[in-house]
Parts: sequence; C-alpha cells; structure tokens
Amino acid sequence: MAKVLVVTSGKGGVGKTTSTAALGAALAQMGQNVVVIDFDVGLRNLDLVMGAERRVVFDLINVVQGVAKLPQALIRDKRLENLWLLPASQTRDKDALTEEGVKRVIADLKTKFDWILCDSPAGIERGATLAMRYADEAIIVTNPEVSSVRDSDRIIGMLDSKTARAERGERVEKHLLVTRYDAGRAARGEMLSIDDILEILATPLLGIVPESQDVLRASNVGCPVTLNAAGSAPAKAYTDAVRRLMGEAVEMTVPVERKGLMDRLLRRRAA
Amino acid sequence: MDATQQVARQQVRMRGRSYVAFVFSPVVPVVSWLAEIDATLAKSPGFFTGKPVVLDLASVDLSQAAIAHLIGSLGERNIRILGIEGVDESKLGANMPPLLTGGRACAITHVEPKAPPAKDKDKDKSKLPSLLLESPVRSGQSIVFAEGDVTVLGSVGSGAEIVAGGSIHVYGTLRGRAMAGINGNSAARIFCQKIEAELLAIDGYYQTADDIADSLRHRPAQAWLEGEMLRITPLN
Repeated sequence: MAKVLVVTSGKGGVGKTTSTAALGAALAQMGQNVVVIDFDVGLRNLDLVMGAERRVVFDLINVVQGVAKLPQALIRDKRLENLWLLPASQTRDKDALTEEGVKRVIADLKTKFDWILCDSPAGIERGATLAMRYADEAIIVTNPEVSSVRDSDRIIGMLDSKTARAERGERVEKHLLVTRYDAGRAARGEMLSIDDILEILATPLLGIVPESQDVLRASNVGCPVTLNAAGSAPAKAYTDAVRRLMGEAVEMTVPVERKGLMDRLLRRRAA
Repeated sequence: MDATQQVARQQVRMRGRSYVAFVFSPVVPVVSWLAEIDATLAKSPGFFTGKPVVLDLASVDLSQAAIAHLIGSLGERNIRILGIEGVDESKLGANMPPLLTGGRACAITHVEPKAPPAKDKDKDKSKLPSLLLESPVRSGQSIVFAEGDVTVLGSVGSGAEIVAGGSIHVYGTLRGRAMAGINGNSAARIFCQKIEAELLAIDGYYQTADDIADSLRHRPAQAWLEGEMLRITPLN
C-alpha cells in the first residue's frame, strides 16, 4: 500500500528539501520504491539537491496540465535505481497547480511506488496546501528556535484541517523531524532543547539531525547525505528516521558534541 | 449545433439573516473621536480587522463630503464600514455603504471570525453550554464559543486564540490569547496549567504579556475580574 508523505515546515530554510532527498534516498537504499515530488513550483531545488538538474525535460506542471505523460516527467536517480524524482517547473508559479491535477498525479503514482514524498514549499499558501492536500502522513521539519517552532505549530493546525484526510474526518499522522540541531549550543542554552520543542508541538519525534558540514557538502554536490556521507552523523539520523517510519523501534539518540580539539577550534571559527 | 440551446433555469434563492456588528457612534469633534479609535488600535492592533462595523451618525450632523471623509479615515485604519444608520438617505453617495434601519442592541461586544477547525465542533455542540477540545489549539487557530465555557486538554499555541462567552480552562500551557466572558459576563475566569499567555481578557478588560508579572510565568494561574481590574494569581 503506497504511502503519501508531505515534508513541510511553514518556515523556509529549515531543511525540507535536504530532508526530502535524504529520506527518499534512505528509503530507496532499503529497497523501497520511492518517488520524491518537488512542489516548489517557480523556486525548485530538489532537482539540484538530487543532482538531476541537467536531466529535467518535463515537470509536475506539464503532467498536471496533461502536456506530458507521467513516465516522461519522472527522472530515475543515477545511483539508486528505485529512486525517482518528479521535478517542479522553474518558469511557472504555484497558480499553475490545480487540486484536481495533483489528485490525479498522486493517484497515478500510488499505483507505481511504495512511498511518495512531497517536498512542500515554505509558507501556508497554495503551494504548501496542495503539497499536503493528499498526504497520509506528514513530516514536520523544525529547527530548534522559536520562529521555526511556532510556524510548525501553525502547519500542524493546517494538517488537521486543510488536508483531504482531515476533511473526511480521518487523521494525518504527524512526525517531527528536528534538523540543524547543534549539541554545543543546546548545552549552552542558546537553542531550544528537544524537550521544549516537544512540549510546544506535542507531536511524536521522528528524528534529530545534527547541524553538520556533511549536509551542506552533500547538497552542493547534488547527492543526498545518506548516499554522499553514509557513515556521518546526519546520515545515520536520517536512516534511523526512515527505519522508524517503516515501523521499526529504533532508540532515539540526542546528538552530543564531540570533544575533539580540532573540532572545537573549527567550530569556533565557523561560528 | 443549435446555438440557442435550452438551459435549465437556475432558481435564485434569497434568505434573510441577522448578524451581530460593532456600532460606532462618532461624536463631535470627530478628530478627537478618531484619536480614541487610534488609542484602541495602538493597544490591540487588528482589533477591528475583518469585523463588521456599522456607523451610527445620529449624534453628529455631517455633510456628504464629511461622511465620505470619515469612511475614508476609518478605511485607512483597516476598518471597513458595512452600513450606516441614523442619517438621511439623501446624504449618502452611490459608492457609500447602504443605509441600515431596524437595528437592535444586543450584549455581544466581541465577535471573532470563526476558524475552519472550530466550525465543525461548533456546529455539533452549539446547543451545549461548554466546548471540550481534546487536541492542542495550534498557532493561527481561533476557537470561538460565545455560548459558554471552553476547556482545552492540550496547550494553546503562541498565535492561537480562544474566545468564550464563559470561562476558559486550559490543562496545558496557555501561550496564545484567551478572551473570556465576551458577552458581558464579568464573572468568567481563565484558568491554565502554565501561564505564558500573549493576552488575557475578561469582559473586555485585558492584559498583555508585558503586564503579566514575571513571578507568575510558567506556573498554574487564574485570571478574574475585580471590579474593573483584571487580576492574575497563582493557583497553588
């Protein structure tokens, strides 16, 4: 049974696209058939993060409008043969998406894949509401700071009221993914703690992804971090998150700061 | 093909319905009356945003140009005029709100637009004197229950609001706004397990986060009205 997941946050720049790519790749690495859809029409990024930007011919809008067939727009990942990307259009805007069209595309994808990951644009407008519209489950990406947490709270409210499931009186299962977690700053009280975030959002935790150069490096080379730096702490966090999504009980670990001298020196300089 | 195809006739149905609106009664000098409005807006920006407002001009004698200017001035403050009463119809221009008659006074002093999530629950339970919410109230949600008490088992998020005709009980943390006793019920109270509220109001008397003493924060607390004074005290 195919599952439709929306990766959303309300606030921009918290790591939705990076997380969509990493989670999609991690699911594919476990042998699942996965498609990631970029809903950020006009400001697409997922193609870059997946390293597929030079292979985009048709996009989501073309499929929604019936200009292209779904198989023409789907791009297969070069590294994982069961990972696919449905890119957004860069030249159009979110008004080109229609509810009927999105519904049709998702229903079509459901017959071909195990997991459909929708990368939501920031904001609470049309693009974001359409990305969450047909979701069965939601991953709310949050940074440990107040503005991100409040925006996530708003998005959770919308997941409970604006999705097709909510309108049918069903629940959209929600998972919280805390990204850019900096153990050092959390210890010094410069960031919201995981407990604070969970207390405010009252949503089950899916994973904690530490702030890491590996994530940035992976995005820059266009390769999901779970592939590019498989042994790294963020890759492990994403892999654990995916195992939890698949129903496995994996112990939650809060990343702690490594005490290496070089590490500390580099961190100081970076901050 | 036949160009004059027979189209099934649509019936137009019209119904009468009454709503509650704020009534503004400007007094002379209008300039200082507007200053009072500004003072209210400075305390709670957006207080009138999206709310229906009727202008009662019975106590002032304004020319058509003056009325147009007054509507314009209110428009600049994002106050939209739904209708005008207490004035001769000949003074109203074609582009002004319509003349209203037959208005009746009622007790409601504060009406919030209903948020979609609140609607279903309101519909189901509109006959009950209390509303129980078993899930947290999220940022951006507005729960309006003019009929009685509201009880929230979870928290009320920052940027969310609860508006109740009776008392408000929050068994989580109250981070948003709570307005109790909106129908003039000065005996209404607000209770919460942990107070981090942005605004508390009972029967129109309110305090913002800045007015709430730091010593009370993060503790169980209640708010009630003592005469015209909103008092907040710890619950243990």
